[in-house]
Amino acid sequence: MKDKFSINVVWDWLRSAWSAMFVPILAVFTAMVVGGIIIALVGGNPFDAYLGLFQGAFGSVKALSETAVWATPYIFAGLAVAVAFKGGLFNIGAEGQLALGAVFSAWIGYALPDALGFDLPAIIHIPLAVGFGMLAGAVWGAIPGALKAYMGGHEVINTIMMNYIALNMTSFLLNGAMKDPSPTNVIARTPTIAMSARIPRLFDAEVLRVHWGFILALVVAGLVWWVLWKTKLGFEIRTVGANPDAARYAGMNVEKIVVLTMAFSGMLAGLAGSVEVTALNYRHELGFSMGYGFDAIAIALLGRTHPLGIVLAAILFGGMRNGATRMQFLTQIPTDIISVIQALVLLFVAADAIIRFIYHIRTQEERVVLTRGWGG
Amino acid sequence: MELKRFGFIAAIIVVLFSVVVLIGSSQSSPLVIIGSMIATTIAVATPLTLGALSGLYCERAGVVNIGIEGMMLAAAFFGWLASIYMNSIFGWAALPSLIGGVFFAIFTGGLFALLHAVLSITFKVDQIIGGTVINILAIGVTGFLNRQMFFEKGSIFGGNVPHAPGTLPSLAKAIDSLCNGGCGGLVNSISGSVIDQKPIALLAILLVAFTHYVLFYTRWGLRTRAVGEHPRAADTVGINVQRMRYANVIIGGLMAGLGGAYFTLESVPSFEPLMTNGRGFIALAAMIFGNWTPFGAWAAALVFGASQAMQINLQIFRESIPPQLAILQISYIVGLTPYILTMLILTGIIGKTTPPAADGVPYEK
Repeated sequence: MKDKFSINVVWDWLRSAWSAMFVPILAVFTAMVVGGIIIALVGGNPFDAYLGLFQGAFGSVKALSETAVWATPYIFAGLAVAVAFKGGLFNIGAEGQLALGAVFSAWIGYALPDALGFDLPAIIHIPLAVGFGMLAGAVWGAIPGALKAYMGGHEVINTIMMNYIALNMTSFLLNGAMKDPSPTNVIARTPTIAMSARIPRLFDAEVLRVHWGFILALVVAGLVWWVLWKTKLGFEIRTVGANPDAARYAGMNVEKIVVLTMAFSGMLAGLAGSVEVTALNYRHELGFSMGYGFDAIAIALLGRTHPLGIVLAAILFGGMRNGATRMQFLTQIPTDIISVIQALVLLFVAADAIIRFIYHIRTQEERVVLTRGWGG
Repeated sequence: MELKRFGFIAAIIVVLFSVVVLIGSSQSSPLVIIGSMIATTIAVATPLTLGALSGLYCERAGVVNIGIEGMMLAAAFFGWLASIYMNSIFGWAALPSLIGGVFFAIFTGGLFALLHAVLSITFKVDQIIGGTVINILAIGVTGFLNRQMFFEKGSIFGGNVPHAPGTLPSLAKAIDSLCNGGCGGLVNSISGSVIDQKPIALLAILLVAFTHYVLFYTRWGLRTRAVGEHPRAADTVGINVQRMRYANVIIGGLMAGLGGAYFTLESVPSFEPLMTNGRGFIALAAMIFGNWTPFGAWAAALVFGASQAMQINLQIFRESIPPQLAILQISYIVGLTPYILTMLILTGIIGKTTPPAADGVPYEK
């Protein structure tokens, strides 16, 4: 047994990690090249733009801190989409689950001390606020899961519909019952949450906004890995995802696992919203959740639905979003170009055959089936 | 499509109409309200109808297309942009620019569909992910170009942004201008009636009938359905599966492109990021609800149109809503109707739908 832990094991691990990362890295590279061509076409200098992007993302301690701040919700939301993928489900509803998580965390954060009449200690208030956000996301994910499992409604359309329903509900709440009552406020947003509900920052320096939520995201990524690969539930999720018929013959309750998978996925997306409220913005504002759902899909696929890959992909996407501001400041290229580059990244990752075709890479690994048609 | 389904659809539409008629009866006569509801329903159902037809061509040939939303968004933007160029830069009159814009929108839809076809047919990418790529790409490209061209200091128009040439005229106005005012009687009888719709809305209805004919009464339709149901059998009798699928996905894209043109060239003369607002997905639900048939999809699109028309009309009759139904005053709640309807319908409460057998399955020779 001893020589199992020899250098060969490490070497094999490195080699498999490299072969897993090969296509995503080339996909990002190719997307940047195409993005650069687009920048040149609209009259910009792609080299200056990318230099600004890199400086803004990773060029200083403050830039690194902001990149971590951006990456935090991406890690949670990317994990959310990945968990659903592992269960053979496509969760396009991360955006709605995230928005509801944020709304509920904000509500517990600002309303609970008033309702109780006394201040809670942070050690109780923070978990309550975050926990309610996770619960809201889990419920919002479980509904399309149950519709899929017991009534055959396809989760792709249902999660999208749930996004619009969540958006209308948050508009309703943030413009009405939950609107910040301060006299100068005209924005659809909640009041700020109590000090006791705020997740602290990592450093004292005012400019470094990176908070314990980022550490939590890394820990949760590890936990998701553990659940998926080391527990019975994870085994059931992956079996149902790979082959629901086989899972049924093996005696698994496929319907229950589908609902649990979607609840798990929604819970992680809700956590993304919760942490944004309790650790960064200290309130929920309408419109902040826009676009996270699609970004999360891109991150989950770029990270090949593996928690470690998702952390890396989230830091990359967070860095792009963060660096885009400096790029715009230096070169007047609108930050929206990042959305184009991210769409191209997703295109090349999803269509890895294109990447293999461009770079003449032979393929040996089997294809991973992520979703199925409407019949499902 | 079976009668039960049509009966169910008719019942929902009657309920939605009745709510508005009852609430508005103190302010306006029922006939006037029904007339305006029908007109609004047909108008707002237009992109849903065309989106559903788009999905129909793709899925009948065996390719799932959830990128309709993105195709419509991109078509809405590029069609609108083309009409501005033709009007302001090439100096065309408003109407030719608008028609040119419509053609460019259709072309854009076809181009995005070509990308979907390359991804899903040639590269055999998971078709739902391929559609998601189309959606994200459309949001990114339209958002970027919209800002780059119209909002930045160094924009192409140098801060002097030209106006859009307006929207397409309705049937009565079009006839009036064609006859140079010579057919007043005809114009007066059409004007204000239910058929006084704008051209894309009318075209959409014609395309429903056309698609029904093509799918079920032509050799092309038979072949399309064959590659969607049993590609192996189709291949055996000499049908080129990949080519049939490419052609149908692109035709689907053209339909989505026309649907996109509705937003910026027929409905309002402007573009906003994300303006399709989920209509592409609702169109897909309409197609499923209509059990993959053109008339069924159209009927389902009219249900969603009616629920949107109800929302618009309830805003007008806001003051007359009785206090027991105060919930209808909240537009956020009424606005949920199409989304909740979509979810209810997908759960199969009115019977199971059957997708084409090979829908979503790449064909390996």
